[in-house]
Amino acid sequence: MDWGFIFERTMSAMIGPEAMVFALAAIGLNVHFGYAGLLNFGQVGFLAAGAYGLGMTVYWLDLNFWLGIPFGILYALVLALILGIPTLRLRADYLAIVTIAASESIRLFVRWRGNSDITGASQGINEFARPFYDLNPFVNGQFYSLGPFKYLGRDVWVLMVGWTIVMLSLLVVWQIMRSPWGRALRAIREDEDAARALGKNAYVYKVQALMIGGVIGALAGMLQVIQKSSVQPDTFNPVITFTIWAILILGGPGRVWSPVVGSMIYWSLIVFIENVLRGLPSGARDTLENTVRLSDINISQLRFMLVGLGLLLLARFRPQGIFGSREEMALDDR
Amino acid sequence: MTDEREVVFGSTSGGGGAGAASANMADLVNPVAGVFDDVVPEPGSPKPDPILIASNVMKTFGGLTAVDVEHLEIQRGAITALIGPNGAGKTTFFNLLTGFDDMDRGRVTLDGDVITKVPPHRLAKRGMVRTFQLTKALSRMKVIDNMKLGATPQRGESFWVSLVTSLWSGQEAEVEAKADALLDRFNMTHMRDEFAGTMSGGQRKLIEMARALMTDPKLVMLDEPMAGVNPALTQSLLGHVKGLRAEGRTVIFVEHDMDVVRDISDWVVVMAEGQIIAEGTPDHISANTDVIDAYLGKHHDSDLFDDEVVAAVLDDEVTAAALDGDDDAAAAIVRELSEEVRQEEDGP
Amino acid sequence: MLRVCRWLVVLLTVGLVIDTGVVSAQDEEQSVFGTLTYTDPETNDRVPVEGGLITVEGVGSAPSEADGSFRIGLPEPGEYVVSIDPEGLPEGVFLDDPDRAVLTVNVQEGGNQIVLFRLTVLDEADRGSTSGGITGRRVAQLTAEGLKQGLYLAMAAIGLSMIFGTTGLTNFAHAELVTFGMLGTYFFNFYGLAGVIGFLAPLPPPFGDGMNLVFAAVFGMLAGGTLGWAINRFIFRGARRSGVSLLAQMLMTIGLSILLRYIFLYVFRGGPRTFGQFTAQRAVKIGPIELTPKDMIAMSLAIIILILVGVFLQLTRTGKAMRAVSDNRELAESTGINVERVISTVWVSGAALAALGGTFFGLTQIRWDFGFRNLLLLFAAVVLGGLGTAYGALLGALIVGLAINLSTIVIDAELKNMVALLVMVVILLVRPQGILGRPERIG
Repeated sequence: MDWGFIFERTMSAMIGPEAMVFALAAIGLNVHFGYAGLLNFGQVGFLAAGAYGLGMTVYWLDLNFWLGIPFGILYALVLALILGIPTLRLRADYLAIVTIAASESIRLFVRWRGNSDITGASQGINEFARPFYDLNPFVNGQFYSLGPFKYLGRDVWVLMVGWTIVMLSLLVVWQIMRSPWGRALRAIREDEDAARALGKNAYVYKVQALMIGGVIGALAGMLQVIQKSSVQPDTFNPVITFTIWAILILGGPGRVWSPVVGSMIYWSLIVFIENVLRGLPSGARDTLENTVRLSDINISQLRFMLVGLGLLLLARFRPQGIFGSREEMALDDR
Repeated sequence: MTDEREVVFGSTSGGGGAGAASANMADLVNPVAGVFDDVVPEPGSPKPDPILIASNVMKTFGGLTAVDVEHLEIQRGAITALIGPNGAGKTTFFNLLTGFDDMDRGRVTLDGDVITKVPPHRLAKRGMVRTFQLTKALSRMKVIDNMKLGATPQRGESFWVSLVTSLWSGQEAEVEAKADALLDRFNMTHMRDEFAGTMSGGQRKLIEMARALMTDPKLVMLDEPMAGVNPALTQSLLGHVKGLRAEGRTVIFVEHDMDVVRDISDWVVVMAEGQIIAEGTPDHISANTDVIDAYLGKHHDSDLFDDEVVAAVLDDEVTAAALDGDDDAAAAIVRELSEEVRQEEDGP
Repeated sequence: MLRVCRWLVVLLTVGLVIDTGVVSAQDEEQSVFGTLTYTDPETNDRVPVEGGLITVEGVGSAPSEADGSFRIGLPEPGEYVVSIDPEGLPEGVFLDDPDRAVLTVNVQEGGNQIVLFRLTVLDEADRGSTSGGITGRRVAQLTAEGLKQGLYLAMAAIGLSMIFGTTGLTNFAHAELVTFGMLGTYFFNFYGLAGVIGFLAPLPPPFGDGMNLVFAAVFGMLAGGTLGWAINRFIFRGARRSGVSLLAQMLMTIGLSILLRYIFLYVFRGGPRTFGQFTAQRAVKIGPIELTPKDMIAMSLAIIILILVGVFLQLTRTGKAMRAVSDNRELAESTGINVERVISTVWVSGAALAALGGTFFGLTQIRWDFGFRNLLLLFAAVVLGGLGTAYGALLGALIVGLAINLSTIVIDAELKNMVALLVMVVILLVRPQGILGRPERIG
């Protein structure tokens, strides 16, 4: 087994495009759950809103690529309103139910063949991101060394822009959460009635939080499709939402940096495990295949089992994240 | 709380209390002394200067009448106690007045303005603030943040303003100074930077009251402020309630223990089965036989039927019976159902 | 068994891989060529389609090879009409755009022209007929289909609602209990008890070598109940005791849902399957309605079972205790009811009912992610009827079943599940407590 190779892959996964996209999506979810206590089980729907905002603007409306960004944000805001208005006056469960249902419906809707002129249906939308790469100061097809890692020029550009957006989002989240607005939001998370009795319109705050987190999720969706240069409906699969949840809980909800930390840990862990399994000597591989039927085909299924198991165990034993204190958890009397 | 000064209040003795300074002041000043002299001690009696008027307030839960108040006036500047046995509908009535629950019909005015169907957060801005029976300390926030939350209105609570620190930092400093002053008054300064979740039950009651004062209310509504508080702290709390009156605020508080009420209230309203059955001065009420009946009478064993419970108990059968206008039948079915289950569980 | 293993995971678009290699000269100078494959979404493997019949009008036809490739030589350049026979495609594989089964291509002198037939793999259920006008017959047929779906859905929804009623927990893993029943029955159907207890293998059915579907369904239901018991006993009872918040418990159900779903995929692999018996039945006409006998039997069984559930809730000791705990846990506890035992019973019976519902659904098609694909319907049913009420779940399920099926009169069948989302959002706006729910004290 080539440990050097595995180590390199693991380390580069920490700052790779997936870690970046999921960190950003988790920052949005952190606004929802970590600060406002909203159970958004459909974050992938916001990613799709952003992604299709870009894609549809170019493909369907035939407009400039850059106009796609405000469109994507607009779609996310509208989605947040549609999801939030009926549910945010009700128990937390209802938002969870409606978001999980809506995000899957969005996927089915965009891949519906009746929409092929608008969303590209199941073929998705390709080749729409050229204006982004035209701005690349690096040569798209050339390799550049970034510390110990080598990246293609196009990836260096995506990563640079992407991580900058991640940092800006963190800055915004940090700023709003230390303000009186953030204080009211956290109060609503702790006890909605108490906040209402003190003059805070809990409903409005929750709708606002859903919108802000949704827009950050939409930005994550845009980054994802720009990086892939293609919008595919089936990448907006519900399991993405729960991977984002696992990342958030891993890092510890309600803290500014935790989505980034969680995403880095998650992706390096996954890449490490998968590379170790794929790099096993053939004897060990055969044994695994003959006993537990683990082969190249289903190694990726293992990842989702780990996400499920991780979420189950984290929610049960460490809902405050792996770095959170037990004390803090004991205070959570929801 | 570890204040060692001993304070004696009226006829009740014992217990060291915090907030002695304001409590002493409260003993000296009663701005509404003598106001109730001409008020007739009967349900629905008019008051000289009412701040809150409720008329024909009705609330049913699936057919069970939880609250049915014909008329009630609350005197400005006084301490009014709302008492009654468990399940009398006190908390539900409170929820209706503060907008936490929608009334089926009725009309409530605050200072002449109709506040029926006004949501709670608007009421807080109009100077009406409440606390809760089960304290709602915001556990994972620091005590000082709990306090600062209460201030209203705050510019920085608007999303766009919150993005620019300089737009709200000035007001934030004022709010913080006010919060510190109140913490000091309630002898809670030592808890300032602790998480609220680490406080004891009594401290939570105190912080909730102090937090409510951050809104500068003219009407403070306290739901069982003394519930679950140890006797030592009870005196301190009562002192603070008097302190509110001394500042010219109106206080309504819910309590089911008659004895606690006697010392500090100027006027007592008694509820039973959702209705107001008596009103009067504390002395008058303690001599009222209706009140004694209400406490000891046919409902003395109905602890289970606290209004929270009654609201929740409605099985479909119960609802059906209740919709036929047969409340007793509804209650009977619930009991029967439980009884049946219990017997069969015990049986074979 | 082997037959059904042919189609691994089916979810995604099936594309046509373009063979960009240099084409060697053949007898004719011109040809049309291509490769029929589809992408396995779990593995990203391309699965070739063998035997897809390609016809060039006036020239001839050829099936695709084992690697999915096809090539038809053409005598001379010019315009040709190339078509694919949609019926010749494997089960579950469809043309992405049915209108593009026939293509016109222009072949240059000496050219090798690529022909693209984009294929999609879809649920047959998703592929129902599009709007065909409103006729009495069609409405009657859709009503019957809706009733069928509603009845099966109700069996799953009741457990979900009762678990919420007794514990306050919204169980997002409930759909996986439906899938579990479906797959469990399939397992017993094909492997018999020998699948669990190995030494029974040499014995005749029902012990070894698979058992009749009816017995298998009973064992599937038992397995479902056992899983429900185990989930409560080993996961959520402990969580309740250590005071894990409902929010965190809800996250736990999500984790459990993903874990179970991917275990199903891992063990059973992807691809739609069918039970060993009663697979291809001819529909029987009753008046304007056509239903297969297996569905009629299953629907009757569902009705009987749902009535029994009602009787059980209304008349038996355990049923009354369940309702009492659902109505008010504290009161029930104070009257001496063993609440934990009631919760355990609710989990067992709810999961068993869901499992049987899964088996009924499985009469049409068995998939590793069936439950999750129908999660929306399940929740729409429960929210519509009123979270926490058993009868509400039943009513909600029937309405949802009818609504989505009848909606196909006006909208594309592929979108019918979205009607359930719409129903849910509307009920939350109008009457958030659901049809039979009681008003909650909420903001």
